[in-house]
Amino acid sequence: MWMIELPPFAPFFIGALLVLATSGVLRAAIMLVVPILGALNLWMTPEGIHLQLMFLDYQLIPYRLDKLSLMFGYIFHIAALLGIIYSLHLRDTVQQVSAMLYAGSGLGAVFAGDLLSLFVFWELLAFTSVFLIWARRSQRSFAAGMRYLIIQVLSGVILLIGAIFYAKEHNSLAFDYIGLDSVAGWLIFIAFGIKCAFPFAHNWLTDAYPEATVTGTVFLSAFTTKVAVYSLARGYPGIELLVYIGAAMTCFPIFFAVIENDLRRVLAYSLINQVGFMVVGIGIGTALAINGAVSHAFNDVIFKGLLFMSMGAVLHMTGRINGSELGGLYKTMPKTTVFCIIGAASISAFPLFSGFVSKSMVMSAALEEGYDWIWLMLLFASAGVFHHAGIKIPYFAFFAHDSGIRANDPPLNMLLAMGIAATLCIGIGVYPQAMYSLLPFDTGYNPYDATHVLAQTQLLFFSALAFVWLNKKGLYPPELPSTNLDIDWFYRKVFPKALHRSSIMIIKLDSNIRQSAQQKMETQLSWIRAKCQGGKEGASGNYPLGSMTLWVAVVLGVYLFLSVLK
Amino acid sequence: MKDEKPGLFDSPRNVKILLGGFYICCIALLVLDFVIHRHIIHRWESLWGFYPLYGFVGCSILVFVATWMRSFLMRDEDYYEKDQHSDNQQKQLATQKGANDVDD
Repeated sequence: MWMIELPPFAPFFIGALLVLATSGVLRAAIMLVVPILGALNLWMTPEGIHLQLMFLDYQLIPYRLDKLSLMFGYIFHIAALLGIIYSLHLRDTVQQVSAMLYAGSGLGAVFAGDLLSLFVFWELLAFTSVFLIWARRSQRSFAAGMRYLIIQVLSGVILLIGAIFYAKEHNSLAFDYIGLDSVAGWLIFIAFGIKCAFPFAHNWLTDAYPEATVTGTVFLSAFTTKVAVYSLARGYPGIELLVYIGAAMTCFPIFFAVIENDLRRVLAYSLINQVGFMVVGIGIGTALAINGAVSHAFNDVIFKGLLFMSMGAVLHMTGRINGSELGGLYKTMPKTTVFCIIGAASISAFPLFSGFVSKSMVMSAALEEGYDWIWLMLLFASAGVFHHAGIKIPYFAFFAHDSGIRANDPPLNMLLAMGIAATLCIGIGVYPQAMYSLLPFDTGYNPYDATHVLAQTQLLFFSALAFVWLNKKGLYPPELPSTNLDIDWFYRKVFPKALHRSSIMIIKLDSNIRQSAQQKMETQLSWIRAKCQGGKEGASGNYPLGSMTLWVAVVLGVYLFLSVLK
Repeated sequence: MKDEKPGLFDSPRNVKILLGGFYICCIALLVLDFVIHRHIIHRWESLWGFYPLYGFVGCSILVFVATWMRSFLMRDEDYYEKDQHSDNQQKQLATQKGANDVDD
């Protein structure tokens, strides 16, 4: 029997301390051992509540384990291990420590059984991850990290207010089904929504992730949004609003992805698109749909991680990431090319790759529950994701025109991490039953029937045909060095400009008021002065100071004289 | 690297073979629609060639709309940095002239 029930975040926090105290090979060994031991610890622990304490009459449950949280627990350990292997070549204490703390915070959040513990890890996620962005050590990344931090902390503050309302209403802080029938429910929903990159609150993701370091983005892509997906699955399953929000999330980012030049930003947009599928699944709320959402989150961490790793490898080796500057890299980076294509096939949900076995569950659930229009939107988004993540990313980075760059494949540790992720993508795609056995519900779903396989293959091949046709006709938008406006335009351009203008106006108004007041005062004074000097009957005249002193001296002299006389 | 080996896709013949194979796959997939009996849930699924058509048309519309979006969304690469740069330049100029002198 496993004796010590260590909360899953603890090994990572302890590991972070040890990383701080060590260096070189020992540090690398500690970083590798932590996720492996952590996963073993999790595997040995039975379901149930393992840690609780009292705080002002409320019961806190920092460690609760059930099937839903366990699934996220496993994938976070895998993501941490992959990210650590991928970043083994790094000699940067800031990044290494913050990556460990960040992974630990993610694990803390998915095993938190009450809203206050959730809030603590929610904010820790923000504060630990921002260093992965700042570690790029450029003006641009600093500003992007600052915007990221402000939005993340705001989400946490809304969560805290929601939790306080919730505690007052229900006399409990337990984190279970919340629903939308109270103010608290809405506040917590908004907090989750910000972290989940709901439309209009999505821009922190596409703004900050591409500005992070090569290895930092791999960590970032795994934890924050998946914690939000988990929280929605826990607190709001079956809320119909989520179906519509999720469908919007799957569709709008693909338009931006098609015209975006920074290939890691393209991936950030497609991350929102994938999270959209999960949100739809949670909104439908049936056993099949929730299973679909959770398993898609599981797969997404791996294939999106793989894609970010392959693009990170390109950035690491060439120093460039814009589609307009890349091309022809398949000649000198063949391994990275193959790994990227495997990730692309997985995210596009090709049969025998991991995306297929999870996305089809959400699509089937949408059809079964009669969401016809939503199903059509998801189908469109599936074709679209293949178009921008499946074709555009590999095509513009590794093929297209020869950019003349001759960069080699990245260091061995990066290749190893990509290799493991690629193996998992294919493994889960070929033998999905292993992952299905971990899911919260048993639905007996089989993705590999002729109908599904044929429909998906047809959809994808003819999407590719559209790409070939558009490219041959010269209708495909070329990669251009550019910035595309998104919601961040409002808070990076419009509001600062408006603020600047209004502050100028206020300063002007203020100086005008002062000036006119001064003028008025001046006229009043001169009027009084004129009156005093002219009529000689006012309270004061223009007597010189000297004469005044003289008269005081005279009075005092007389007083002295009188006192002597006495 | 002068005597570099030409890449696999440098020769137009290879690209042609690849595309030819791809077109054959597409036609084969269309034909399979007649052969394979599907269990449909939605009535549109029973239309012949629904999925291929949807994929092709959907992607074309996606690209056309996205290209059109460029007309009002696209800005220079340094669009957000530009203001800061010009501010900094102004500040530099100002300090050179001593215009920001508090004793003025």
